[in-house]
Amino acid sequence: MSHYVHIENLSKVFDTRKGRFVALRDVNLSIREGEFVSIIGHSGCGKSTLLNIIAGLTEATSGILLCGGREIAGPGPDRAVVFQNHSLLPWMSCFENVYLAVERVFGREENKACLKRRTHAALDIVGLAHAANKLPYVLSGGMKQRVGIARALSMQPKVLLLDEPLGALDALTRTHLQDELLRIVAASGCTTIMVTHDVDEAVLLSDRVVMLTNGPSATIGAVVHVDLPRPRMRLGLANDQIYHARRTALLEFLYERQGVAGGEAA
Amino acid sequence: MGVVKIDKAWKQTVAHEHPAKRPPEDGGQVSRPAMELEPPKRRSRLALIVIAALRSSIPPLLGFVLFVLAWMLVAEHSGVPGPVKTWESALKVFAHPFYSNGPNDEGIGWNVLRSLSRVAIGFGMAAVVGIPLGFLIGRFAFLSRMSKPIISLLRPVSPLAWLPIGLYVFKAAQPAAIWVIFISSIWPMIINTATGVTRVPQDYLNVARVLKLSEWKVFTKILFPAVLPYMMTGMRLSMGIAWLVIVAAEMLTGGVGIGFWIWDEWNNLNVAHIIIAIFVVGIVGYLLEEALLLVAKRFDYYGGGS
Repeated sequence: MSHYVHIENLSKVFDTRKGRFVALRDVNLSIREGEFVSIIGHSGCGKSTLLNIIAGLTEATSGILLCGGREIAGPGPDRAVVFQNHSLLPWMSCFENVYLAVERVFGREENKACLKRRTHAALDIVGLAHAANKLPYVLSGGMKQRVGIARALSMQPKVLLLDEPLGALDALTRTHLQDELLRIVAASGCTTIMVTHDVDEAVLLSDRVVMLTNGPSATIGAVVHVDLPRPRMRLGLANDQIYHARRTALLEFLYERQGVAGGEAA
Repeated sequence: MGVVKIDKAWKQTVAHEHPAKRPPEDGGQVSRPAMELEPPKRRSRLALIVIAALRSSIPPLLGFVLFVLAWMLVAEHSGVPGPVKTWESALKVFAHPFYSNGPNDEGIGWNVLRSLSRVAIGFGMAAVVGIPLGFLIGRFAFLSRMSKPIISLLRPVSPLAWLPIGLYVFKAAQPAAIWVIFISSIWPMIINTATGVTRVPQDYLNVARVLKLSEWKVFTKILFPAVLPYMMTGMRLSMGIAWLVIVAAEMLTGGVGIGFWIWDEWNNLNVAHIIIAIFVVGIVGYLLEEALLLVAKRFDYYGGGS
């Protein structure tokens, strides 16, 4: 019960034209229910691959993968994914995009009015009730990503998987959405795994930050516990000793221990 | 390939729209010299719009005038009826477009409608067969590799080469002509639909996988809408081919139809009528294209083709 997501000796090998490419090896990770874990590392280190394996979108080559005590055999709505590029269906309004997910998960037990209420509620949480009937292309990048988050949350997933959810946004929108994410995730109580390459984002949001070594054959290099009390406020943390210590620990790992090869591996 | 074609189509639509959308800017630039001549308050909004409209309509008008002049010049030296003579003849032809004096003597309206109905049947059947086939070929790599050599072999065949086969099999002109339309307009629909299916972004399919949507939902909510713009391009290309081919096919098969009408007028040595028919074919083809573009625009989910 305590370890909701359990990964043991996971490895991922790609068969490429140049031969076997070991992306991940010996990954061991256990995540408590309700915990927020970030995976950070230089680009190309396989952090998205790891997330996709947990999502079930990519198959692991070997290892044990459990979610809620059951083996992960493929993707499913119990592990909702927020994709980096939002992946909203462009021919559907925001409402319809979220409704598609809601209908799939709750369509069997609930009537239409109920499903609609859920959809509106999800859009409400991310502050986009007013944009429900708009097509994605008229929305800004940040708004699209928020619809993506609404879609994931509307499914009431056991695990929320965020694949660099704010990576494509400008700095201001990014900061704003980080604060929102903090609030939304706290309210939902989801177990959350987020891939990111932003140190501040990782420290601000996470209970634990898992740092991957540079690929190929990346593995977990170090884990930092962010023992900051919640709710966390960005401004309050600006002068917080623990915050800075954790942040420094991350930077040290990324730029001193893994820094030199980082650029080349990417 | 398909993307490029779609882009072209969109650019065309955009090009058509622009003159109407941008009058204020253009008008502002044009009327700057006029400002020095007239007192400024006289330049009302209406005047700006009129000037802009004039400005946008001058190049096409000029092109048309030059075309007519060239035509007059050619007519002068070759004996082909000139614009005036053709115009007079056209007035007579269009005075009674829907008369009917027996099977081989009908008005031009009937002839165009007969051709259009053949195209509609041939094109419709090609769509009914070609689009599902395109989906299958796009979805299953095995089918794609299986059909590729056959499509590559048959697609470049001149449409009229299929006519004797049609005549032999169906023993009648009408189905043979439809058969030619069918076989020559099916390829772009198959190829574009198949391309569209292979180009469905993996992200959308990942959404479907995470949601574990049923095959039917994947098709109706993701695959079909994603492929629709490609399909529309295929249909537009096919329609263009079908309308090109029907004229030639009808010349050979006889009966009624605009192609036959041209051939009949050639036998009567009525060249003015042939020129009229050429314009009619051109205008109808243009209208068909525009109609399909208009439909395609409805499925522009990306707000302008990006």
